[in-house]
Amino acid sequence: MDGKAPLWGAAAIVAVTLLLAWAIIPRLHSSAGGGATVSDQFRNDQFPSTYKPRPSRATILRGATILTGTDQELANASILMENGKISAVGLKVPEPPGVVVINARGKFVTPGIIDIHSHLGVYPSPSNEATSDGNEATKPTTPEVRSENSIWPQDPGFTRALAGGVTSMEILPGSANLIGGRSVVVKNVPSVTGQGMKFPGAPYDLKMACGENPKRVYGEKGGPQTLMGDVAGYRAAFQKAVEYREKWRAYWKTKGDRPDRDIGLETLALVLDKKIPVQMHCYRADQMATMIDVANEFGFRIAAFHHATEAYKVADLLKKNHICGVMWADWWGFKMEAYDAVPEGLAMVDHAGACAMIHSDDPIGIQRLNQEVAKAMAAGRRMGYRISRAHAIAWMTRNPAYALGILNQTGTIEKGKMADVVLWDSDPLSVYAHAEKVFIDGALLFDRDNPKMSPRTDFEVGQEMNFNTGGAGQ
Amino acid sequence: MRPFLPFLALLCLSASLAEAQSGRAPRVLQNPQATASVHPKPLTRSQPPAAGPATLIQHGHLYTVGPLGTLNNADVLIQGGTIAQVGPNLVAPDGAKIINASGRPVTPGLMASWTQIGIDEVDLVAETNDTTANQKLDSAAFDVADAVNPNSTLIPVARIAGVTRSLTAPSACGEVFCGTAAVLHLGFGPDLIVKRQAGVLADLEPTGGTKQSNSRPDIWAKFRETLEDAREYQANRGAYHRPGGGRDQRSFRIDLDALAPVVQGSEPLIVRVDRASSIRQIVQFTQANRIKLVVVGGGEAWEVARDLAQAQVPVVIDPETNLPASFSDLGATLRNAGRLDAAGVTVVFQPQSNDPSHYARTITQIAGNAVANGMRWDHALAAITRNPAQVGGISDQYGTLEPGKDADVVIWDGDPLNVTSAPTAVFIRGQAIPLVSRQTRLRDRYRDIGKKNPPFAYR
Repeated sequence: MDGKAPLWGAAAIVAVTLLLAWAIIPRLHSSAGGGATVSDQFRNDQFPSTYKPRPSRATILRGATILTGTDQELANASILMENGKISAVGLKVPEPPGVVVINARGKFVTPGIIDIHSHLGVYPSPSNEATSDGNEATKPTTPEVRSENSIWPQDPGFTRALAGGVTSMEILPGSANLIGGRSVVVKNVPSVTGQGMKFPGAPYDLKMACGENPKRVYGEKGGPQTLMGDVAGYRAAFQKAVEYREKWRAYWKTKGDRPDRDIGLETLALVLDKKIPVQMHCYRADQMATMIDVANEFGFRIAAFHHATEAYKVADLLKKNHICGVMWADWWGFKMEAYDAVPEGLAMVDHAGACAMIHSDDPIGIQRLNQEVAKAMAAGRRMGYRISRAHAIAWMTRNPAYALGILNQTGTIEKGKMADVVLWDSDPLSVYAHAEKVFIDGALLFDRDNPKMSPRTDFEVGQEMNFNTGGAGQ
Repeated sequence: MRPFLPFLALLCLSASLAEAQSGRAPRVLQNPQATASVHPKPLTRSQPPAAGPATLIQHGHLYTVGPLGTLNNADVLIQGGTIAQVGPNLVAPDGAKIINASGRPVTPGLMASWTQIGIDEVDLVAETNDTTANQKLDSAAFDVADAVNPNSTLIPVARIAGVTRSLTAPSACGEVFCGTAAVLHLGFGPDLIVKRQAGVLADLEPTGGTKQSNSRPDIWAKFRETLEDAREYQANRGAYHRPGGGRDQRSFRIDLDALAPVVQGSEPLIVRVDRASSIRQIVQFTQANRIKLVVVGGGEAWEVARDLAQAQVPVVIDPETNLPASFSDLGATLRNAGRLDAAGVTVVFQPQSNDPSHYARTITQIAGNAVANGMRWDHALAAITRNPAQVGGISDQYGTLEPGKDADVVIWDGDPLNVTSAPTAVFIRGQAIPLVSRQTRLRDRYRDIGKKNPPFAYR
């Protein structure tokens, strides 16, 4: 235990860095509560995270090209991971005794990829009626449900995403409903429970959906049948939440009659309190503009527009309202509201100065978000934008971390952050690159060179055909 | 999008209904096969390739995918819609347009297989979606050639990414026979069809779920019976039309007619099947019955690679599918393409299978990922050029850079299989394709969002 004193020093530096980061980094998920105490707020911790980082050894990746996620590219640099945290990054990194040294010369290091839009676990593989748990499509407004209560942690898709370098993701309810329920952020680690994956301290989000999907699902089941019906539905739900919050505030103040508890309205009240931001499925430009007005009317916060195929048409509006655009590289045309997508969309939103990022919404796409970023970057460059790969990397790391309110903990390679790190065998913006080693909180969870480090889910065990593959879909 | 397909099937108008409404003469009168007693050989060329001015592409790094192999610093001469010469130091004819490729890669135009390009515009807009038969019976006669729309916006989107041909086939339909495929070129219309009756698609995977409408023995019983009927019908077609002459047959005559080229062995039966045991079964069945087989889907095909190679059965796969999406795909792996190729199977790539039509441009990424997971680079390029030409039955006109072939030629700004690369020039049957699509037009309307003048609607 001779390292005690230096460890204290390191811890102090980490703490100071974190505090500074906390102070400097803009936060979506502010704790606006008006000085309320714990007893006069809605509770928000019914399914606490039981995630514990896997055991790790201090590890140094030496001599890599490091794309930090902060627009920086460091050549021939090294990164030291200790106690689950990034403890040093740069050209000269000390080598503590006993550290595992990995020669990363000619290789690349990035922050772990974060997918802000996944349905792994709630629409898992195999896909059948028994496993289809992503949409509570029984009524158009279901703020009372939570994706975390649907997650099947044995979804083989998690292991494939890990092999693609994905270390964290948000798992959302589907988009059948105007208000689909709470989303949850998880770390992409093998676990027998969803709670065991839950990203410690990550805020919840509320999934809401614009446009065609709720109309299609409910048009002949009592509505909404139109876009105006969609908007009336959001407003009616939030008006109820306003009144619900009023009742409880009055009760907390005067201790009169205790109001009946309503689980769904409780979630919406937390949204009104800005403790739960909204992740908004919205394709069309005009619908995004409308949703900004709805959010302003009730005082809730939209963190990002997801799918946002027309975000490039209102990039200035997104910038002005500090709302991120979440896009695919080249999906389009599968429905009317996706008809106007362009491959340059992500780069155009980024170029306008708004926060832009990639997402998958797909268990295949999540495995190669690096390639999707490469396509979006290349499309932007071909229209004349100067986009460095160091900048493009942020579309799958820093920016999703920001929109999820976890940028203080992860999303970039900076001292003090969680050691969620990917070692790539070559330039990650090439189709030929592989995530060679994937670290989550400093623990090696996937190693392409070691078959024992390709996780298999319980579902796959004992399946003759799967046994003959390399694990993790390899 | 997959979950929406049953919903789509309900909404789709059948091709025949659409035709009746259009007021055109019924197709049966124009179609010789319906009245002739001997099935005619299908047309392999819709028309001679369009004539155009000569073009000489100089100093390219040529991946010919043909007998000429890879040629560094070589030229391609395009004349009258076809490739006139390939080789170093070609002489430009008078008036030829000269393009200096400056060492960039030059390949044949690419071919995307098992897409619905030409028969689908917006999946969820029913009247633009002609991908699936709207009837519960078998529909071998559902012919994609009846629906091809040369003005579809999907076509320019695909071709400016280097995709110049499509094996356009019905979607998997959840019934046994889903319809008849065609091969399209993706150049200028009005006639895009370069080959009609390019095989009949059969779907031998169950629909799944508790609402499954067919189990495997159901499927196989129907499948065998229909093919037997088609054979009998072809052998004694005249008798069928005499009063009381035809024995009871489950299928309609038009479906039996559509199966004629399949049972005669002239065109392939294109079978969607994923599970290894089912693939083995269909290989044995088609061998015993002298039917040409193409496997599509093929999630576990690698496990049957030796059988497929021996029987010379080509396989159309999306090599990125590595999830046990169903119990028929438990062995799905990124190594599928590489293993099939190494065993000597003719491998053909489908673009990203969740929407191979809108995402036809992912065909290069698909091939690149196959390389990243063990396939030879030149074989992966063949899987999107020469091999699909063979499967589509158009090898005589397309698939390689060779004198005499249609001039489908692409010049690339980098490795054609890498995600950061794109074409700098595309020729389809000799015609230079403007690198413009509805998407590039939309992009240009909004590219300077700060500049409000002129407003987008006037750009």
